[in-house]
Amino acid sequence: MSNVPADLRFLKSHEWARLEADGTITVGISDHAQQALGDLVFVEAPEAGRRVAAGEACAVVESVKAASDVYSPVSGEVVAGNADLGGQPELINQEPYGAGWIMRIRPDDKAQFAALLDAKAYEAALAAETH
Amino acid sequence: MGLRTPLYDVHVAAGARLVDFGGWDMPVNYGSQIEEHHAVRREAGMFDVSHMCVVDLRGARVRDYLRRLLANDVARLAQPGKALYSCLLRDDGGVIDDLIVYYMDDRWFRMVVNAGTRDKDLDWLRAHAGGFEVSVEPRFDLAMIAVQGPQARERAAQLLEPEFAARALDLGYFFGAAHEQWFVARTGYTGEDGWEIMLPADQATKLWGRLREAGVRQCGLGARDTLRLEAGMNLYGNDMDESVSPLESGLGWTIAWEPQDRDFIGRGALVAQKAHGVARKLVGLVLADRAVLRSQQKVIVPAVGEGEVTSGTFSPTLERSIGLARVPSQTADRCEVEIRGRLLHAAVVRPPFVRHGKVAVAL
Repeated sequence: MSNVPADLRFLKSHEWARLEADGTITVGISDHAQQALGDLVFVEAPEAGRRVAAGEACAVVESVKAASDVYSPVSGEVVAGNADLGGQPELINQEPYGAGWIMRIRPDDKAQFAALLDAKAYEAALAAETH
Repeated sequence: MGLRTPLYDVHVAAGARLVDFGGWDMPVNYGSQIEEHHAVRREAGMFDVSHMCVVDLRGARVRDYLRRLLANDVARLAQPGKALYSCLLRDDGGVIDDLIVYYMDDRWFRMVVNAGTRDKDLDWLRAHAGGFEVSVEPRFDLAMIAVQGPQARERAAQLLEPEFAARALDLGYFFGAAHEQWFVARTGYTGEDGWEIMLPADQATKLWGRLREAGVRQCGLGARDTLRLEAGMNLYGNDMDESVSPLESGLGWTIAWEPQDRDFIGRGALVAQKAHGVARKLVGLVLADRAVLRSQQKVIVPAVGEGEVTSGTFSPTLERSIGLARVPSQTADRCEVEIRGRLLHAAVVRPPFVRHGKVAVAL
């Protein structure tokens, strides 16, 4: 029942990634993840300039229910964290694939992006998780 | 598949997110938990609490029976309809459950106990009933809907039969009134005014629908938890259980020590604990940092000792995290809580955090 846009790539841990025209990758959490977490109350996004490795926990989203790490889908350098989430963590609930983005990363190797799950594979992972 | 209340299909149709709670499939929210919370603080919300167990206790000696079983004293209940909050204790003072008991008439008291403890409670009640010739009858035929918030009574009253509505609106705090198989009490678990309505299970869906039409918002267990915690109310299984006494759980006020010759179960253990000094206490915490207190986080009180968060959440009214914690009795007004590998400062306060829509602690 959750929205899985066809043009994005995903991690099994419910992050999404979008390749932008300038070669950076925008990262957020999926609609399924925000529904499961419930109302977000705090978000700790990484600072620009931080080096992250693929699979590294680099942001924290905290909801009324639980705190959850956000893992980087690729290795690279953080070029921006979404500052709006500081005052409006609910943006993630409202627009998980839009204004609720968490960070932008310049990848070391674009092949890492291509290797992420596509929408179909992520939907299959979701189905396996809930059944 | 878990147990289902008479309102289960209504919750599913409304798109509720369902979770297991004490073996029951219950709605945790119907969308935004925070909006549900605010609806109760500002207007009116309702909760399906049919998973809780209503138990009718009848017999000529029912009062003597309850004066033996409960740490609070039903002799304080002078007027029919009056309610009392109490703990049910083991011999060693451990808390079997917390409950509300209503004085219906001289041969009939009604109790409401928690869902997760229902079976052991019924076993305990029956095991002690024999000597008093009291019958213990769980009312699985009743549903219960809690309607809470500053507008709750007014909106719900329109839906009652006029004569009953007038009597219900006249009820003082912690009083209930019956009408045929219905029972309305001015009690709750949110820190707001409101009613808890018990009614025949087959009428629950209709009342729920009419309450929605009357502008009462449906709320899940998520909002129920943030509301009760803001109100400084304990949750059985989190804030107390059989391993601790009411004195270590912020519930000393519910123990009726007088008259001294009332020999309730657990009295000896509580007297001994008091004489030796109670080592721990339950306090409120307010976190200054942007993080959230959760149960089982470690509390450090410098130069005093350690404790543990028993309940924690994000308070929608205070817009910061609050919690309850069991800490050494010498704890003063500050402590630290270990959250995700960091030590964060918390202020130690006396609950409630919020009462009747207003912030009740200094921030």
